[in-house]
Amino acid sequence: MPPVAPRSGDAIFASVERVNAELFTLTYGAIVRQLLTDLEEVEEVNKQLDQMGYNIGIRLIDEFLAKSNVSRCVDFKETAEVIAKVGFKMFLGVTATVTNWDAEGTTCSLVLEDNPLVDFVELPDTCQGLYYCNVLSGVIRGALEMVSSYLNGRLGLSVDNLVSMKTEVTWIRDMLRGDDAFEMQVKLVKQVPEEYPYKDDE
Amino acid sequence: MAAIYSLYIINKSGGLIFYKDYGSAGRMDTNDSLRLASLWHSMHAISQQLSPVPSCSGIELLQADTFDLHCFQSLTGTKFFVVCEPGTLHMEALLKHFYELYTDFVLKNPFYEMEMPIRCELFDISLALAVQKDRVALLGR
Repeated sequence: MPPVAPRSGDAIFASVERVNAELFTLTYGAIVRQLLTDLEEVEEVNKQLDQMGYNIGIRLIDEFLAKSNVSRCVDFKETAEVIAKVGFKMFLGVTATVTNWDAEGTTCSLVLEDNPLVDFVELPDTCQGLYYCNVLSGVIRGALEMVSSYLNGRLGLSVDNLVSMKTEVTWIRDMLRGDDAFEMQVKLVKQVPEEYPYKDDE
Repeated sequence: MAAIYSLYIINKSGGLIFYKDYGSAGRMDTNDSLRLASLWHSMHAISQQLSPVPSCSGIELLQADTFDLHCFQSLTGTKFFVVCEPGTLHMEALLKHFYELYTDFVLKNPFYEMEMPIRCELFDISLALAVQKDRVALLGR
C-alpha cells in the first residue's frame, strides 16, 4: 500500500472538533491561578506547568502522528519545521516560525506572534518571574522525548542508531514581560542510543 | 466468519498491553500471549538489523499458510499487530484506524498510565465496533 501523504496543519485543524477559545483561555488561566495559590512560589509554579506540559506532550505526540501522517523526520531541522507548521497549527490554531539555527543544527528558536493561552492576560508585579506559557515548553519536551531520530541525522550508517530526542526548552522572549513575541529556544541534548548493542566488538 | 483472529498491542519496551480475540479459532491464554508478544518484539527489532539497506522499519507482513500477520509500528515505538485470515485485504488501513482509536480512548484517558496494560472499556467497545464494521465491509466487497 503506498504511504499516505502527510496532511497540512490547516487541513487537520479544520477537521478536528473545536472548543470555544474563551473556555480554553479561562481554563488555562484558572490552572495557573490555582497553582499560584497552592504553591505560592513562582519558580515552583513554573516547574509544575512544565511537568503538566510534559505529561500532555507524551500523550499528544501519538495523536499528532495519527492525525498528521508525517513520516520520520530526516533531521532536527525538519522536526522543528513540522512542530511549527503542523503541530502548533493543529493544536493551537496558530503557526510558529523557526529561526536562529546554530551551526550544528541542534538548537533553534520557535517564534509565536499569536498565542491563544495569553488572550486578555497581564502579569502583575508579584508574578514577574512567572513563565505563564511554560506548559508549552513541557509539551514540546515530552512529545519529542517519545519519538526517536537518527543519531546525528546521518542515514547512511550500516547500523542505524535511533535515539530518543531529549531537549531543553527555554523562553527567550515573552510577550507578557514586554517583548514583541513569544520565542522558545529548543536545544537537542544528550543523544542516548535506544537500540540493543548487536555489534560484537568495536 | 472472522477475517481478524486477534489483535495485539505492544508498548515500546516489548510488553503486551492489549490482547483481544475476535475469532473462534486460536484462543490464547494470558501467559502464551505475553510470551508471543515479547517474541514478536524481538523479531521485529532483529528484522531491522537484518535489512540489507539502512533505515528499515521492521516487519510489516508475515504470511503463513493458515494466517497472515500485519504489523504497524508508530514512530513512538508502539506496535499494533493483527493475526488474520490469509489474504485479508485493507489490514494496514484498519491498523491505522486502531492507532487512532488508541490515541483517543487510551491516551486521552487521564487515568490510563503510560506503557501499562490497557483497561479502558470505551476502547474495547470502539475496537469491537471497528472490527464489526470491517467484517460487514468485507462481506460487501
